[in-house]
Amino acid sequence: MTSIFTRFGAAVAAFVATTAALGSAAQAQGIDETVNQIFLASTGWFVNFIFAPIPGTGFSWIVAWLVIAASVFTLYFGFIQFRVWRHSIQLVSGKYSDPNDAGEVSHFQALATALSGTVGLGNIAGVAVAVTIGGAGATFWMILAGLLGMASKFTECTLGVKYRNEYPDGTVSGGPMYYITKGFAERGLPGGKPLAVLFAIFCVLGSLGGGNMFQSNQAHQQLTGVLGQYPGWITGVVFAAIVFAVIIGGLKSIAQVTERVVPLMGVLYVGTALIILVMYYDRIGWAFGQIFDGAFTGNGIAGGMIGALIQGFRRAAFSNEAGVGSAAIAHSAVRTKEPITEGFVSLLEPFIDTVVICTMTALVIIITGQLTTDAATGLYVLGENGQIVTASGATGVGLTSAAFGAALPWFPYVLVVAVLLFAFSTMISWSYYGLKAWTYLFGEGRKQEITFKVIFCIFVVIGAAASLGPVIDFSDAAIFAMAVVNIVGLYFLMPVVKRELNSYLERLESGAIKRFK
Amino acid sequence: MPGKILVAVDGSDAGARALAFAHARARQDGGSLMLVHVLEWSPYTFLTKEELEERHARRKQELARAEAAIIAPLAAKYEGQGVGIETAIKYGHVTETICDVATEIGATEIVTGRTGNSGVMSRVFGSVAGTLAQIAPVPCTIVP
Repeated sequence: MTSIFTRFGAAVAAFVATTAALGSAAQAQGIDETVNQIFLASTGWFVNFIFAPIPGTGFSWIVAWLVIAASVFTLYFGFIQFRVWRHSIQLVSGKYSDPNDAGEVSHFQALATALSGTVGLGNIAGVAVAVTIGGAGATFWMILAGLLGMASKFTECTLGVKYRNEYPDGTVSGGPMYYITKGFAERGLPGGKPLAVLFAIFCVLGSLGGGNMFQSNQAHQQLTGVLGQYPGWITGVVFAAIVFAVIIGGLKSIAQVTERVVPLMGVLYVGTALIILVMYYDRIGWAFGQIFDGAFTGNGIAGGMIGALIQGFRRAAFSNEAGVGSAAIAHSAVRTKEPITEGFVSLLEPFIDTVVICTMTALVIIITGQLTTDAATGLYVLGENGQIVTASGATGVGLTSAAFGAALPWFPYVLVVAVLLFAFSTMISWSYYGLKAWTYLFGEGRKQEITFKVIFCIFVVIGAAASLGPVIDFSDAAIFAMAVVNIVGLYFLMPVVKRELNSYLERLESGAIKRFK
Repeated sequence: MPGKILVAVDGSDAGARALAFAHARARQDGGSLMLVHVLEWSPYTFLTKEELEERHARRKQELARAEAAIIAPLAAKYEGQGVGIETAIKYGHVTETICDVATEIGATEIVTGRTGNSGVMSRVFGSVAGTLAQIAPVPCTIVP
């Protein structure tokens, strides 16, 4: 116990030293600015590359890449997301679980754990970003992206289970790194290993970006909204210390408590959103009108319809991570005789995450009138930066908070707790994904693990100190870079999934797949 | 009443007394015993990523430990005394699982011990013996 605290103390001291060293000025705000500048200078090229527009258009190639992939999977598997959802729910509720396998990870547990990694600030802050830039119409594209994303998730999670590594001690490791290497080898395709390595590199970056900096950044913004302004690195150091205690100090109990409280918070969040919708029931029709109108006209936002579409797809992908490959890492731990069943279960994830939770956030923001419109023209009022001027002036999580607060003045306080918990659980999840990628690159071992975990903690501080713009750009870029590699793998391996799917559906039809309850 | 008697044990003295009682009955009536130990488990709990990853290995350890610490010593004690003893270790909700096993093997009776938690504790959390008495599909004997 003492050793934990000694290490803990040493770590806190180290972080303070690191952060202090980053800023030559003694002024606390000066540290934040320096971090921001260094960060911007070192990541700008990567961000520019990922979000480069298709020549001659304003449409970034990466968004097209994701949309096309999700549509291809949807068509290739014959609208799988609409065909099997009923069976998915039966699987999650345990109707097809053999009682003799009790004690192994259940479908419900795999889904809940994967969800707690994806339900996070993307649902609260990301959606707010989407509607301030893309207007209400972005919501439409976000929902569509969520529905299509179900097919991507189905494909990657099936492969995650099918090609995972099982070790003699009974533990398992899975994910895109493994299915790309093993699947390509099995099909006699070249280039599996380099692709897998590339994925692992991007996964490490993604875990530091969207899975870490974006979370600590938005947690800080939410805290300052309630406590008043103070330097970001302070939040960063505190958060880093707690993350350090869990992932390096081995304080598993914190992670376990978070894992149990996060689902409750999710239910509370959706429940509150529903209450607000009931309070403003007379505006629900109008809100959907805004969403549909804006989806095809843009209602005066910068970039019009395409602008709304890009924002919707970007934030949906960032929130539900379909096609990114992260969920395949979490789902691969399930012990099932049929890998395809894990695919069926995982396709519920984008639905819950994006179609339900993200839509709730967007509706509350729209319905409470946070996006200001010009009374004369009915178009959005745009600020100097091209974003819609909000009623409270806030963006990101601050906007969501203001929207909920407009209806229920006490809710921003609850939201602070929810945001901190979501941020924390997402960080812990991504520290795991990042670690899996890291050990894939550098080999399993205690030294390698500690190195990654320390780097991870340092990025918590950087994320809290940097400003939202550069952080969100880098986070998106890193996560989308994962999707680039993962989706290439999925294209080559989707015939494997198709075979599994047809065989399973035939046996389900014939009754060879036994129902136990 | 000859047949198969299901004895639910949890490693406590009460469980041992229940087995002694059931064994005497089975011997007298020419029946056999099914020794069952249930590890409390719900498929609807929330686990961390590490717990997911280690679950299969942990399950193996838990089964081995239950076999070595609870089931094997009890079975060994009554071996070769003319009463057939089968054993099983299961995961699930304790009382429901005991009842499921009883139905599955066609047990004629369930015998279990009681730990004797009195008052508030058992009122709040319920007790295995008490619940069994209420939901058992076959006659149930509770050995004090």
